[in-house]
Amino acid sequence: MPAERPTQTAQTAEVGTPTVADSRAFEAGLDALEVPTLPPRPGPGTVFVRSVLPPIVAVVVVLALWQLAWHAELKPSFALPSPADVLHTFTQMMSDGRAWDAISISVSRGAVGFAASVLVGTALGLAMWRSRWLRAALGPFVSGLQSLPSVAWVPAAIIWFGLSDAAIYAVVLLGAVPSIANGLLAGFDQVPPLLDKVGRVLGLGTAGRIRHVLLPGALPGYLAGLKQGWAFSWRSLMAAELITYSPALGIGLGQQLNIGRELNAMDLVIASIFLILIVGVAIELLFFAPLERRVLRVRGLRSAT
Amino acid sequence: MAASSEGALARCAPAPEATGPASASFSVRITQLSHLFERDRPPVLDRIDLDVTHGEFVCLLGASGCGKSTLLSLIAGLGTPTHGSIEVTVGRPALMFQEPALLPWLTAAGNVELALKARGVSRRQRRQEAERLLGVVNLAGHGGKRVHELSGGMRQRVALARALAQDSRLLLMDEPFAALDAITRDALHEELTQVWAQRELSIVFVTHNVREAVRLAQRVLLMSSRPGRIIRQWQVELSQPRAIESPGVSALATEITQHLRAEISRHAR
Repeated sequence: MPAERPTQTAQTAEVGTPTVADSRAFEAGLDALEVPTLPPRPGPGTVFVRSVLPPIVAVVVVLALWQLAWHAELKPSFALPSPADVLHTFTQMMSDGRAWDAISISVSRGAVGFAASVLVGTALGLAMWRSRWLRAALGPFVSGLQSLPSVAWVPAAIIWFGLSDAAIYAVVLLGAVPSIANGLLAGFDQVPPLLDKVGRVLGLGTAGRIRHVLLPGALPGYLAGLKQGWAFSWRSLMAAELITYSPALGIGLGQQLNIGRELNAMDLVIASIFLILIVGVAIELLFFAPLERRVLRVRGLRSAT
Repeated sequence: MAASSEGALARCAPAPEATGPASASFSVRITQLSHLFERDRPPVLDRIDLDVTHGEFVCLLGASGCGKSTLLSLIAGLGTPTHGSIEVTVGRPALMFQEPALLPWLTAAGNVELALKARGVSRRQRRQEAERLLGVVNLAGHGGKRVHELSGGMRQRVALARALAQDSRLLLMDEPFAALDAITRDALHEELTQVWAQRELSIVFVTHNVREAVRLAQRVLLMSSRPGRIIRQWQVELSQPRAIESPGVSALATEITQHLRAEISRHAR
């Protein structure tokens, strides 16, 4: 231990040594200066001009070009009906109930297929995350399946299951499961290892860390996988419905499309395409977009769309 | 203890004395600890002996590769040392990292409450206690904010409040202020010394910033690199609160820096 004590009095009496109150005021001042300031939210007028108006203009331009093409008779009118003809068919389908029947058949199939895909995809993702071996074994195939157009499964599904709902569901599952499993894996991979360490330091057990750290951390990636899974389900469903046409199966949107082709009724074909598009977009906008926005906003992240 | 003891400056508060082996007045006792990441490689940590007494503030100082962070992880129980022993007498230590490491889906208060929940505190008490702890780190009224709505300094204080919520008598800090600007770091030094004095915590603080070590600690331990050994120690007997730019801190920091530079230069080929 040292014996010399030369600067003691100078140290203790030092001018400018902060008191507790000084420190608090200093710190509060820093906080006020350093808190990130967010840009003000744009008003409704700005939002309209920036994001609502452009797509409306785009639709108007496309309709105008279509109308012009019809006037110029680029194709015979059975092959290229006017926008008014298609609108007429569309409203007729709505009023005589064909559209609603097709929508309810397809959407309920889509929902059941998607729900089954979520169960299978989540279980597969969890298994691959828990077992390094399983991940190494299946990972390349699951990723590969994602880039295989699911319509390629339709012939196989028909041979296995005949013209049945089972064939349709098989195609939907093969289309959606890889996206969901991969999304969940990506979500787990995105959780910083430091956060798991924090869980251990706080004294959380394995179950507590999964519940409080890992699952909420993986949520954005999982949600992105679910969103992509739904898009793939819907596409696979349309491909399957288009090909597996049988009176016993009921007439979904894809089958409606097929009827249009057989009747050479282009107005019916275009109206059906619009219906498929509208349903797909509506589910994305009403269900996935708000969910994703909420999850990302809480984390201070921005939606990719 | 193998390290030399060189106090250069006057004693204003009674400095804690090194404890004998029979006494239980230490929070951590490390005995002949060596640690290897891989077999057949030189050890990261080599024969470390260290006692931290109750209420003592110790800084571990060293260049990169001295194993100071590894030592802290081992004390925190995140790993098992290859040889030797670590005895922690005050229950599970709290640990703060260089990053705040807050959970971004929780609010500031939610992060503090998670630490309370892990201790089994009831829901109603959690809310009250979290609000109180945020007040301790001068963040009263900010509990509802999300992590991305806070500045870097505020995030690190939420992390401090979360560490305090563990209600441990031992706080381990791994370069917690290294990523902050100098002014904010100053504020947090004041914050930390006040919290330390009020709560009678034992603190082991890892840093590579000599002035920070002298500003904060009662005892500064200098570690060598590859392998990490405690090669020198200083008792800092300046009274708190100290200013980082005060002559006393400067004088001792200058002396310690010379030793640190000498140790680093040893590695030049």
